[in-house]
This record gives sequence, structure tokens and C-alpha cells, in this order.
Amino acid sequence: MTEFLQQVIIGLRIGSVYALIALGYTMVYGIIRLINFAHGEFIMVGGYTLFFMIPVLMGFGLPAWTSVFAAIIICAAVGVLAELLAYRPVRKKGNRMTALITAIGVSLILQNLAQAIPFIGPNPKAITQDIFQSGRIDLFGVNTNWTSIFTIIIAAFVMVGLQLFIHKTKIGRAMRAVSENKAASTLMGINVNRTIVITFIIGAGLAAVGALMYCAQYRAVMTTMGSMLGLKAFVAAVLGGIGLIPGAMLGGMLIGLIEALVTAYISSSLANALVFVVLILVLLVKPAGIMGRNVGEKV
Amino acid sequence: MTDLRKKSLRGVITNVIMVALLIIVIYILSVSLSDNNYRLKLVPIIWHLCIFILLGTSLNLTMGFLGQLTLGHMGFMGIGAYTAALSSLALERAGLFIAKTAPPLQLIGVMLGCSLLGAIVAGIISLLMGIPALRMRGDYLAIVTLGFGLIIENVIANLPFAGGNGLAEGTASANLYQNGLGINSRLQAQYVYFPILLTIICVAFMFMYTTSKYGRAIKAIREDEIAANASGINATYYKILTFTISAFFAGLAGGLYAISTSSLTTGTFTFANSSIWNSTFIVVMVVLGGMGSLTGSIIAAIGMYMLNYEIKNGAWVAAMPQFLQSIFAFPMLIYAFVLTIVIMFKPFGLMGTYEFSLRRLLFRKSERAIGGEAK
Repeated sequence: MTEFLQQVIIGLRIGSVYALIALGYTMVYGIIRLINFAHGEFIMVGGYTLFFMIPVLMGFGLPAWTSVFAAIIICAAVGVLAELLAYRPVRKKGNRMTALITAIGVSLILQNLAQAIPFIGPNPKAITQDIFQSGRIDLFGVNTNWTSIFTIIIAAFVMVGLQLFIHKTKIGRAMRAVSENKAASTLMGINVNRTIVITFIIGAGLAAVGALMYCAQYRAVMTTMGSMLGLKAFVAAVLGGIGLIPGAMLGGMLIGLIEALVTAYISSSLANALVFVVLILVLLVKPAGIMGRNVGEKV
Repeated sequence: MTDLRKKSLRGVITNVIMVALLIIVIYILSVSLSDNNYRLKLVPIIWHLCIFILLGTSLNLTMGFLGQLTLGHMGFMGIGAYTAALSSLALERAGLFIAKTAPPLQLIGVMLGCSLLGAIVAGIISLLMGIPALRMRGDYLAIVTLGFGLIIENVIANLPFAGGNGLAEGTASANLYQNGLGINSRLQAQYVYFPILLTIICVAFMFMYTTSKYGRAIKAIREDEIAANASGINATYYKILTFTISAFFAGLAGGLYAISTSSLTTGTFTFANSSIWNSTFIVVMVVLGGMGSLTGSIIAAIGMYMLNYEIKNGAWVAAMPQFLQSIFAFPMLIYAFVLTIVIMFKPFGLMGTYEFSLRRLLFRKSERAIGGEAK
């Protein structure tokens, strides 16, 4: 039982990372109906920013996790650049598929550019510093570490904050309106393009926070870290119901739990494959995801 | 009636010219291949080009004509390659077939049979993925195939009979194995017409598919799925059928790949890697050539492969400054830029939906006149 609880905490820990990244996917998808394949690369950008900023900030005597603010700024900048330079021009000209291909192109450019830049390079780099408080803790008889606790708490905090932001603020209301109907929200005086840029900023910022948690757990950054992480987060978003913020959270936690339990009790090499099997099974039964409603398409 | 006779006469003339061209090409090939120096360079290029042309055109069926994004095309090729290699290895272990000493007919039979088996297995797996993913509208196929492309390496390496020493029992960790079907460069040169003819037949089939009733149906689905459904087209059926056919030909290309290499690694069949053997390269090929133009895919396959060959082997790259060379060390970076720029300025590729037609080239004016009369 203790071991099971331990696995559950591991699952929740990795699930929190997936959930945060899934939020970025789901928000962008909700607003412009685009699978932002480059979102995984935002995590990578965040990870490398952390890698370079942690020693600098620790030199100033600040705690290591403060470097996340630098990562948020850099990630948001990259996200906005991708939107302005690539997505927006293509959205005007092409159809959904061309937009999707652009997203893949941006993702590959970021990933390969990072590999081609000499001081980043294709080899993984280790983060030696502790990002959160080190050491272990006994929680209701389950032995775990502070990183897990902090990861889960921060994720919960961010999610509640985001939910409040979306439902209580003016910008949040604008975002919900744009995702409902772009043309109508333009008529209501909402600046659609600005709302999309803000969505990208928030999504990329969440990816930076996710990168912090990832680095705290795995203590390494590499240029391809974003592809599998991003993909699983996207699967989480689809599983929960794409476009829905609570869906992304639920999906992320579920994927994390499935992965942890499969790794512990069945086979670690099968975990990735099983995540997709679960996705396919859920899509067979509930095409719009667990929390999504199946809405007929208007002609 | 005279129009009809004129038309059929033109068909005969076009076919005769096509066959004549083919014979000339084969003659030139056989002359140049008798030179040892050329043979070493040319034969692998021809095999690889045939594989890339098959991959490009078959992906175009789903991406261009059906309008669904597939990101795991190389995964199907991997399934085809591993199936072909393992089945031929099984024949070899059973003592029925040795690539080096097999008589020509038997060798061709094994090559064709094992490749077809690989293609069928790839088709079946694509069917299993396509049924849940294609029943819905939207980008679900892209997600499912992307996941497939990312995990296929992992899955194949973990299959007890595909990792390690192929059919030898046990070690799943190693992902390299000997290949019963793989033939050496001398035999590759001897049977160089096998991939060429196979590719021509397959491309001809795909072309016929796109111009048939099925092709018109999937183009209608691409333009507007709801309208197509309303016109009595069973969209799900046609989508799954096209996806399966596309995977079938990718599996066939995998069989060719297994023949042309002596050992397989799972890293070849992933979504993205540092070489050109990955799904993204094929996607770039289709986008560049034109979504909905098989001609475009063929041109893009040849052009991009030759460009990559030049980057790898050309003297002009070695003469470049160091920082440019370091960029060329990551070919995918260049292709990603090409992909993004092409899609930004020519969203439907260089050729659009234009298909090359010898018949139209020869009889342009009069064909148009006949078309005008019919109206």
C-alpha cells in the first residue's frame, strides 16, 4: 500500500508537469484551433534558460527557482515571435493543414537551431544545483522528497490562478469570447489578434513553469526534451477534452498516473506506448475527450 | 465518332512514346552501370530515389488528396522493412533461400513476396490506427500518427523477435540485426530494374487511384467533408481506405529499403532525426512538391535527395566557411526552414495540384478543342 501511494505521488508529480504544459496546448487550440507543435520546444527553451540562469542568479545569492521568471520572459518572447512571424501570416493565407505544417516547421527550426548553436549543442547538459529544497520528507507514512511536494503545490496553485484569470478578468473573458466566435467578438470590440498574442504569452509562460518542474525532477536539459514531453502533454489535453482548462488538468494527472503505475507494475519501456493506447481507446468511446461535449458542426 | 478514334489513336501514340522513353532510360542505365565507377555511385542512389519517390507519392495520397496530416509515415515504412526482413530471414533460417546464391527468379520472388507481406502488415496496422482516428473530423490523425512515429522505434526495439539477432531468441536491447533479404552491391546493380519497375507500377496505380471515382471522392472530402457526406460519399470509408493504401505503399518502400541495406536500425523510422530518413523529411517533400500533385512529389523527392547528397558529398560544402558547414551538419534545420518558408509563401507547394501529362504536352491544342466541343 505504501509503495502504491509512493507511485501515486510520483504519478501526480509528473502529471502536474503534463497538466501545466497541456494547459498551454489547450488554450492555444481553444482560441485558434491549431495544434501548436512548437509548444514542446518552448519547454526546451525554458529548460536551457534555466540551465544558464541558475548559476548567475545563485551567484547573486537568490534561490535557484527565481530563474523561472527569466525563463517565463524568454519563453513568452519565443512564443510571441512564433505567432507573429509564422502562425499569423499563414493563418491569413492557408487552411488548417498549412497552419499545422507551419507549427511542425517552427518546432523543428527551434529544436535544430538549438542543436546547431555551439554552446547548446546536441548533448544533454546536467543541472547540478538543487532547484527546490533538497532532502526527503515523511508524509502520512509515505517517504517522498520536497521536489514532489513543491511541484504538486505549484501546479495546483497555477491552475487555480489560471481558472480565476480566465473567469474573472476582462482579458480572460475576451479569450473565452474569441474561442467561441472570432467574428462576433471582433464586433463586440475585442482585439482578436492581441488576445491571441496574450494566449501565446500565457501558454509559453506555463511551459516555462513546466520546464522548471521538469528540471527539478530530472536535472538535465537536452534539445529533444520537449518533443516527447510536449506530445504526452498534448495527449493529456486531448484526453481531458481539448480546449477545456479543467480537461487539461484532469488529462495531465491521468496520463501521469497511468505512466507511473505502468512503469512500476508492468514495464517501463511500455509506458509510452500504453499512453497512446489509452488515448485511442478514449477517443473511440468519447471522441471529444473525457470532459468534452460532442457538439455538432454548424454548416 | 472521329473524335473518339482520334482520342484512342493519341492514347496509343502516347503509350508508345512512354515505352520508348522507358527503353531508352533502361539502355542508358545499362550502359552507364557497366562502368564500375558509376555503378558504385549510381546504384545506391537509384534504390534510395525509388524508395523516396514511393514514400513521397504515397504520403501525398493522404496529405494532398485526402487533406489529412500524417506524421508517422516512416513508421509504416519501418513496419514494412522489418516484416520483409524478418520473413526473409525466416526463409533463410529454414534453409529455403540464400540471397547470395539464389537463382534470379527465386530472388525476385522472395524480394517481391516479402515486400508485399511488409506492405500488407503496414496496411493492417494503419487500418487499426485509422479507424478510431479518422472517424472524427479534425486533426486527430495527426496526433495519433505523430505518437505512432515517436514510439515505433521504442516498440520495435522491444519486440523480442525484432531486436537483438532478429529471429534469434532473446536480447531486446540491441536494435541492429542481420538481414536475410539484404543483397550486396553487386546484386543490387544486377537487379536495379526491380525497384524502378516496382516504383513505376506503384506510382501508376496511385495516379489511377487519384483520377478514379475514389480519387474524386477523396478530393471532394478534402474540399468540404460535410458537403461530400451530403452528396452521398461515405467520408469515413474513403478516408480509411486512402490512409490504408498510403500506408501499404510506405510498407512496400520499407521492403525495398530492407533489400537495399544489410542491417536495419529502428532510428531510421522515427519522426525526426539528424539524417534524412525520417517522417518529417517526407512531409517536407510533399509540401514542397505540392499537396495534390504526384508529379510534384516525385520532383521534390529527386531534388531533395540529390541536394542532400550534394550536402553530404559535394566539394562545394567543404570549401565553405566553418559556421556554414556546421549548419549543414544539421540538414533538418535547413529542411525545416524550407518547409516554413514554402508554406508561408506558397501554401500549396511549388506544383500545386498540377500533374505532368505527356498527352497534354503533345496534343495540347487539339485536346482543348475537343474539350470545348464537348461543352
